[in-house]
Amino acid sequence: MAKTVLIIDDSKAIRDMVAFTLQPHGYQIVTAADGAEGLSKLRADQPALIITDLNMPVMNGIEFIRNARQDAAGAGIPIVMLTTETKPELKAEGKSAGATGWINKPFDAEMLLTVAKKLAG
Amino acid sequence: MDDINPAIGAFVQEAQEILEGLEDLLLDLEDRSDPEQIDAVFRTLHTVKGSGAMFGFGTLARFTHHFEDAFDRVREGRLSIDGRLIDLSLRARDHMIALLNCGGDGPQATALEEAPEAIALLAALFEITGSETSKTTGGNEDTETTAPVQQPGTARRWLIRFVPEVNALRNGMRPDLLIEELGGLGPVDVSADITALPSMDELEPTRGYLGWTIKLETDQPKSAIEAVFIFADDAELAITEEMIAPPAKADPSEVEPSSSNVREKSGESVRVPAAKLDEIMDQLGELVIAQARLCQMASADAELESVVEEIERLVTGLRDATLSIRMLPIEVVFGKFRRVVRDLSTELGKVVTLITEGGETEIDKTVIDRLSEPLVHMIRNSMDHGIESGGARTAAGKPSRGTVRLSARQEGGEVLITIKDDGAGLDAEAIRLKAIERGLLSPEAQPTESELFQLIFAPGFSTAKQVSSVSGRGVGMDAVRSTVDALRGSIEVASRRGTGTRVTLRLPVTLAIIDGLLVRLGNAVFVIPLAAVEECVELDAAERQRESGRTMLCIREHLVPFLDLDEVFGWPPSVESRRRVVIVKFDGQRLGLVVDDILGQNQTVIKTFSQYHRDVPGFAGATILGDGSVALIIDVATLARRALAERIERKPAA
Repeated sequence: MAKTVLIIDDSKAIRDMVAFTLQPHGYQIVTAADGAEGLSKLRADQPALIITDLNMPVMNGIEFIRNARQDAAGAGIPIVMLTTETKPELKAEGKSAGATGWINKPFDAEMLLTVAKKLAG
Repeated sequence: MDDINPAIGAFVQEAQEILEGLEDLLLDLEDRSDPEQIDAVFRTLHTVKGSGAMFGFGTLARFTHHFEDAFDRVREGRLSIDGRLIDLSLRARDHMIALLNCGGDGPQATALEEAPEAIALLAALFEITGSETSKTTGGNEDTETTAPVQQPGTARRWLIRFVPEVNALRNGMRPDLLIEELGGLGPVDVSADITALPSMDELEPTRGYLGWTIKLETDQPKSAIEAVFIFADDAELAITEEMIAPPAKADPSEVEPSSSNVREKSGESVRVPAAKLDEIMDQLGELVIAQARLCQMASADAELESVVEEIERLVTGLRDATLSIRMLPIEVVFGKFRRVVRDLSTELGKVVTLITEGGETEIDKTVIDRLSEPLVHMIRNSMDHGIESGGARTAAGKPSRGTVRLSARQEGGEVLITIKDDGAGLDAEAIRLKAIERGLLSPEAQPTESELFQLIFAPGFSTAKQVSSVSGRGVGMDAVRSTVDALRGSIEVASRRGTGTRVTLRLPVTLAIIDGLLVRLGNAVFVIPLAAVEECVELDAAERQRESGRTMLCIREHLVPFLDLDEVFGWPPSVESRRRVVIVKFDGQRLGLVVDDILGQNQTVIKTFSQYHRDVPGFAGATILGDGSVALIIDVATLARRALAERIERKPAA
């Protein structure tokens, strides 16, 4: 069965890029433009992996992760943060909120695929 | 990376929007430079840099990196904001747009990157950041997840001890996948450590209690093994080398590709090509026509009539909803002018404040798209010719800072855009002399002030004493008028010497629909846009005078020139006895159009002409009436202007 990957990013370009990279490798893509939409998609689509931006309107990535981990639907699902910030504190904050890992922007297709395979299988 | 191509378009569009916003942010910095604002600029640059590098805009990313450096310094309080920094930043932002417009890395982008102006920009950025970095740095920062480097060598044996953090499972870590991934590097031998496992009733299912000891044989370096555990940085992890063993190969485990299925759900707004909206509007127009026919047919049947009324109500609702999709707040255009005014102020050495009002007024997107250029032109005119130099202003007892006020408001089916300056005002006498010199006015003519002011829109007219780089470039106010005409709008000018000038553009809210007056001429029906109509009178009642080749009507003691439409169209003169005159307004004048009859008002969907007929002057388009017949829509301004010009040409011969 195709594994579903949820991409949460306010930039359509990033969502598209992740989608176009992962789709040919058999992942099914679901997208959301902010954390709040991400939470409802998480409940509806039961993704095998979530990739989320940090800086977003309505609900940012850290808040999303925190909420997702408190939600029954979000326990145990790998969540990867997409960050442009390279500050270790931010990574630590994400980790303590419940993130599984992170990808630094800019990223390339290969890196993304590696992470997807590592976390979603 | 080819597989991300379709996303590049989205990136360019987003980056463009972001950079437009950046301009506002930078301009705002002049007034308020609080940390939040600075941070917003920094984040914007950071985003463009990061995405740029990803989407094949390395040149853009590299340049942005240096720009970002400057704002990093501002953020850290090591660099203060002044006019110079903002000037530089605005130029840097323009350069970013230029790089973005190259569509990605390539010869064009490289040429731009190496252009003298770009080097000068970089040098200026380095100067303020104190950086000596060469242009090749930046863009790509260290990434923490690099794919394992294929480095064949002799196989080595590793002993890996791995105990995940207790919350790791809850947080999405999958030890099974990690071990499987290790298996991709070489043969593994795994044993679990279950000593920390509590009794069943104490066990919490989401916590991790297990640890593993893994023996791995691989020819990959240690970094490849560490890369597997990249996200397990808070786990207990030890990787130690055992002893040399013979090489062994393993099959890499791969995910079976299965059929992909996209479900792209949009966010809160949808981008739709304008052509699709036009198509909907067109279909809707047909629906309105069909409904009008149905309405005529149903008048005999009461039961059917109630259904028809219901349909009419629905169609009207549908039409309004569709029209509203096309509407955008005029702010979109107004926003650009802050920069225009700022740049011009510097260029002209005048201090000018731009005040905008009514930016929330909504207007058809087609109008918005075409409005920007004429407005820029008029603002330029106001600032160059209208607003006096600081010294002259002080001498005239005005504040040395000039003001240009740009406002918009809706009035019925029209949007009024006003550009008002507190400058010197128009010199009616200078305009008269100039118009005579240019052959636009006969020396004997006694035009009114408003007629004189209209002359500034005539082709080739310019009253500027000296041609500056700002205005007087040949594209005069006549270009403004032709755009406004094309949008079925009108221009009015009011001015007082020494006090200022006010130019008002009246534009229809939408171009898709027109409120028209149906008139009959012979057997044909025409539509005159209601916005242009002032009043209708009977020709019998009007005193008709033909004096010295000039055709005038006396309406309530005012002389109004008039045109016989059958004469204009080259038709034989009408034989009908009781004819009517529609008084229309154009270029601030009144003009009578003589028709056979007035049939009523009608709201119609405009159908544009085909390519072959588009250039027919005097008509704005066509519409289909309820009975299925076609009516041409009269473009009052061009029709009248052409007819009056012909009449003047014929006059000497007569």
